[in-house]
Amino acid sequence: MTASISTQAKVAENVSAKAKVAVGVASAAFVSSGIGCLVIGLMVTGAEMSEGLKNALNWWNPAGPLVGKTLVGVVAWLVSWAILHSMWKDKEMEFGKVFTATLILIALGFLLTFPPFFGLFAAE
Amino acid sequence: MSMTVREFWTVIHGMGLGAIFLLSFAGGLAGLYSLRPEWVTVTGVKERVMRLTVGTWVMAVASWLTVVSGTYIVYPWYRAKPPEGLTDLGEFPRYYLLSVPNLAAWHTFGMEWKEHVAWFSPILAVAVAFVVWRYGAQIAETPKLRYALMVLFVLAFAAAGIAGLFGAFITKAAPLM
Repeated sequence: MTASISTQAKVAENVSAKAKVAVGVASAAFVSSGIGCLVIGLMVTGAEMSEGLKNALNWWNPAGPLVGKTLVGVVAWLVSWAILHSMWKDKEMEFGKVFTATLILIALGFLLTFPPFFGLFAAE
Repeated sequence: MSMTVREFWTVIHGMGLGAIFLLSFAGGLAGLYSLRPEWVTVTGVKERVMRLTVGTWVMAVASWLTVVSGTYIVYPWYRAKPPEGLTDLGEFPRYYLLSVPNLAAWHTFGMEWKEHVAWFSPILAVAVAFVVWRYGAQIAETPKLRYALMVLFVLAFAAAGIAGLFGAFITKAAPLM
């Protein structure tokens, strides 16, 4: 019991002494996931605004434009992840700002997929 | 006691994969919350990170299988167009819901939101699983990273929760038969 407590105390000491963890790789993963959500949202609202875009996203008739909207978002997520990862992997990032940006992107994605919101842009 | 192919896939999509997703979410969130160096020993951190890595990847895979089975197997049955002149729309849920004024919102609001927002869940779940796998025990030493992972994990669950909840209500209002 005593040994366990002293081990835990040592771990806590080590933590405070350790160097800062580089968060570039995590930043790229987080921001790109936000970009994926935003792009899906943009496709949803865009398809509502434009019949042309809606038809262009209809890649497989049984599921309609849902396939195009979501696959464009998935491709945007993966491509942006690869780009940001190569740019940021060795960089020290301001993680607070990166995470705030991620949350804003995700919030916009939620808003743009919310039917009462995208319904405002429905083509006549 | 029998099930149609459509009912079978609806169960796999909603309940089977949904249950795996829920279990892995609960375990993953508890694991992330308690991954603190002041609470666990070095050996404990290693063991938890291993479990957390497996749990978050299980959630990510379950989430992908759910949206893919939903979009490519179940949804086409839901939105199938009935033949001209058919009056019994029981096998065409989308058209049935739209034909009944007090049920139409299940499609115009519920399904329209669910089918899109569900896709946020696998994207966010993969981001969480990747970071947990890549950083491992360093997460315990970096509270800001741990908090961020918990928030994204909860958002992945929220997106899936919206989809799951509406999926259950819509299936009740207009079951796939």
